[in-house]
Amino acid sequence: MELFKHTASQLHEKLVAKEISAVELTKAVLGRVDAVDKNVQAYITRTSETALAQAQAVDSKIQRGEKVSVLAGIPGALKDNICTKGIKTTCASKILATFVPPYDATVAEKLAAVDAVILGKANMDEFAMGGSTENSGFFPTHNPWNLETVPGGSSGGSAAAVAAGEAIWALGSDTGGSIRQPAAYCGVVGLKPTYGRVSRYGLVAYASSLDQIGPITRDVTDSAHVMNIISGYDVKDSTSINTGVPDYTKSLVNNIKGLKIGLPKEYFVAGMDVEVERAINKAIEQLVALGAEYKEISMPHTEYALSAYYMIAPAEASSNLARYDGVSFGHRVEGNDIIDMYKKTRSEAFGAEVKRRIMLGTYALSSGYYDAYYLKALKVRTLVKQDFDKAFEQVDVLITPTAPTTAFKLGEKTNDPLAMYLQDVCTIPVNLSGVPAISIPCGFAAGMPIGMQIIGKPLGEETIIRAAYTFEQNNDYHKGFAPLREV
Amino acid sequence: MDYEIVIGLEIHTELKTNSKIFCGCSTKFGSEQNTNVCPVCLGLPGVLPVINEKVVEFAIKAGVALNCEILPFSKFDRKNYYYPDLPKNFQTSQYDLPIAVNGHLDIEVNGETKRINITRIHMEEDAGKLVHSGATISSSDSALVDYNRTGVPLLEIVSEPDIRSAEEARAYLEKVKAILEYLDVSDCKMEEGSLRCDANISLRPHGQAALGTKAEIKNLNSFRSVQRGIEYEVIRQEEILDDGGRVIQETRTWDENKGITASMRSKEQAHDYRYLPEPDLVPIVVDPARVAEIRANLPELPDARRQRLMNNYGLSEYDAGIITSSKAVADYFDQSVQNNGDAKVVANWLMGEVSKHLNSEGITILDCPVSPKQLTELLTLIEKGTISNKIAKTVFEEMWTSRKDAEVIVKEKGLVQISDSSEIVAIVESVIAANPRSVADFKAGKDKAIGFLVGQIMKQTKGRANPDMVNTLLRERL
Amino acid sequence: MKITCKDVANVALLSRLEFSESELETFTGQMDAILEYADVLNKLNVDNVQPTAHVLPLRNVMRADEAKPSLSRELALSNAPEQEDGYFKVPKIMEG
Repeated sequence: MELFKHTASQLHEKLVAKEISAVELTKAVLGRVDAVDKNVQAYITRTSETALAQAQAVDSKIQRGEKVSVLAGIPGALKDNICTKGIKTTCASKILATFVPPYDATVAEKLAAVDAVILGKANMDEFAMGGSTENSGFFPTHNPWNLETVPGGSSGGSAAAVAAGEAIWALGSDTGGSIRQPAAYCGVVGLKPTYGRVSRYGLVAYASSLDQIGPITRDVTDSAHVMNIISGYDVKDSTSINTGVPDYTKSLVNNIKGLKIGLPKEYFVAGMDVEVERAINKAIEQLVALGAEYKEISMPHTEYALSAYYMIAPAEASSNLARYDGVSFGHRVEGNDIIDMYKKTRSEAFGAEVKRRIMLGTYALSSGYYDAYYLKALKVRTLVKQDFDKAFEQVDVLITPTAPTTAFKLGEKTNDPLAMYLQDVCTIPVNLSGVPAISIPCGFAAGMPIGMQIIGKPLGEETIIRAAYTFEQNNDYHKGFAPLREV
Repeated sequence: MDYEIVIGLEIHTELKTNSKIFCGCSTKFGSEQNTNVCPVCLGLPGVLPVINEKVVEFAIKAGVALNCEILPFSKFDRKNYYYPDLPKNFQTSQYDLPIAVNGHLDIEVNGETKRINITRIHMEEDAGKLVHSGATISSSDSALVDYNRTGVPLLEIVSEPDIRSAEEARAYLEKVKAILEYLDVSDCKMEEGSLRCDANISLRPHGQAALGTKAEIKNLNSFRSVQRGIEYEVIRQEEILDDGGRVIQETRTWDENKGITASMRSKEQAHDYRYLPEPDLVPIVVDPARVAEIRANLPELPDARRQRLMNNYGLSEYDAGIITSSKAVADYFDQSVQNNGDAKVVANWLMGEVSKHLNSEGITILDCPVSPKQLTELLTLIEKGTISNKIAKTVFEEMWTSRKDAEVIVKEKGLVQISDSSEIVAIVESVIAANPRSVADFKAGKDKAIGFLVGQIMKQTKGRANPDMVNTLLRERL
Repeated sequence: MKITCKDVANVALLSRLEFSESELETFTGQMDAILEYADVLNKLNVDNVQPTAHVLPLRNVMRADEAKPSLSRELALSNAPEQEDGYFKVPKIMEG
């Protein structure tokens, strides 16, 4: 099997056994990128030279007999909203097309500290706003399973890169489903940690109270390994949780006897693909057969979550994105005076979806509408969170589809923002509540992967990893590789 | 028509911390442009703020000292507006739950005590500085931005519209400044912008309960401009109302050179700040025990210090008030007294010679070239009779410029008072011999003539002869 | 209609964005549809519900007052669209 098809933990074994070198591995993955990225278009920026230098350094360490981390020498990709010192960070926006951060995100520092190899910066929906990566200001990414479909979004580049063998692992960010939904569409594993588990320092903000960085990997084992590296308290992030990080690989246990699973009936919405529903039901049966206890539960405020999200996230975004004004960094379009410059710069360089959300958020916060929209949404957020609190008094994890359908065709929903937003209906309540969730492959419909979402209690990553690992070990959906032709 | 003047002040004061409110950059004033900046205060994509604990401590101190209630639960919010001195285009401030509310301060104007209520005190970040080439910012083709000041911690102290005259406004501002200095939470240097003031001014007919339409006056950068700006604005509004017109609610800027306020109204619509809770910061919860501890450890404040000076040293209320209105002056006083200076003499010198010299050079007592110890030494020379009061003023002058000790100057210049009776007798006799007419006048009952003779003796001794001895010896000889 | 072209134009002004007539109409239609959908929120009585701005129960996260090194001016200005004498340069500012 080609090197790029392996998982990080498998490749780590080969590296420390000196069966392969990190440079050899990096070249193999770079070769794969050369062969398929013309079609997939997962990367915005490639950092091949520094990647090879990083790999070389790892080989020297291994030669010297030093102990190296699981990610040492393993090539991965970062979503292009994670700041990297000296490397362009664009958020897939024309407004940051030339922006080179003078600092590293905390996760980038942590990855560098364990000698992970970074191949480049992955494509995304502009400023993480979207669910198809078609909102990239540069080009859309294609789903490796079917190039005519979207990879999902907003971390579409990260998910597609991992699915296509263009990266062994990747980091994405998730504000309303942006790790889990593309992971589902691309047949890979995506984990959104508990809000505050991973530092947001250096993650370009979309909606600060919802954003969280997490891993996109080929299997649950790699997800646990990446979580071990990126999690933890950060003095630079006031919203990071100051409790110890467990060793998540200890949860890679093929045993869910007695695990209480809840199936929230409100998640099976109108318009859900019957194949998706069937796959989830089948998965539940299987989990019960493996020893889990199952019960259907009700989360009555689910139907309000999407509306609340589309007030709260744009409101925060309208403020977070005010800084893109052409004054001290980023793109500038000259104007007659400063206000003219602001307007021209922002109107020319932001894409339609970003403008739509800025406008929506500005409206929701503006005088006369604050109480009716923004404040009401914050109150509904309380109710949505209470639904989760009550559910977790009864069960250990919740299981839902990750998305109502499999990947849709490029262009299918671009003119209907609301239809696009409805793809987030299963993932959004999780962000509003701050709880962790993982999406794992659980079947195929017409050759396209289906994702199952396992939601845990706050800081319940260990439980969802154990459930996901058990399901994975008893199935082989994750072993299928996207049938991508090299060109 | 005679109107009642209604004024509310918003005082902004930069806090005296080592680092900025949300990042580790230095707050040092006067650094080269854009050298005290980092990704956080530049508002680069991806950065996050972290609250400086000292800012919260200082805010609580100020709140307690200004008789506020400290809210047990307080939070930061974003105030959204576009301006190039604000890198994020929002200011992180406090909106509905500020750190302190419902305070008050008693001021004295024309011998009467008056209470000014304080609505709230909140913490926020300062903005950067704009430099422009033309006379005003609007008349310049471009502007330059320095973000050093961005993120310097500010307290905003908002008063109720309880102030009724420019004098009261000035007295209130002076007292707030004194308290902040006493707390050692701010430098309060208006000339460096570390204390700034906006005034909301409206007029209403006497007896009317409803407030008139207000104008907000910005750019009041000195005590003088606070007073002048308010006085100007009151006349402007009076004229409008007398002509049957209506005051427009707007922001106006004080032009110190022209001595007028001018409208800052732009063509854009009114501001809509779209406040939202700052999602990158968590709330601040203040334990009542912490407030009690801060209250217990507050330094002596101006009112208490004034009372102490009156009680311990018998200073008049007026003198004690002047000395304690500035912490630095009061500290100078206390240090002088601790060096065994006589309190009343020190007070007279402070309000006399020292203050005269400071004013003529336009400096504060912190930059006074004569230290409290040096001043006390000078006063000791008078007390011991080494020099006269008059010579002391000459010596003080010399100390001011040369920074030498009084004793050194007295020795170098030979200014020691002549108290040797034989030396004085010789001079007295020679003066009597040289001025027979004055002697005759004196003996004829013209008491004034003795003054001329004393003057002649002093002239010969260059003022160094002990005046008491001269008088006694002269009268004996006559 | 939840929102009119005039409302959208005002929001555009607050957002420092400008649109052509046709863009404005498209945006108005799309925003109206979203707000119409969000109207579901009004079905709920939330009078006695506390708003949630933060999901974490964190309080008093602060740092010590220590000055740390700043960026070099060169690096601070490295992304500036325009600079002069160590300053960021911007076009004419209208007061307001």
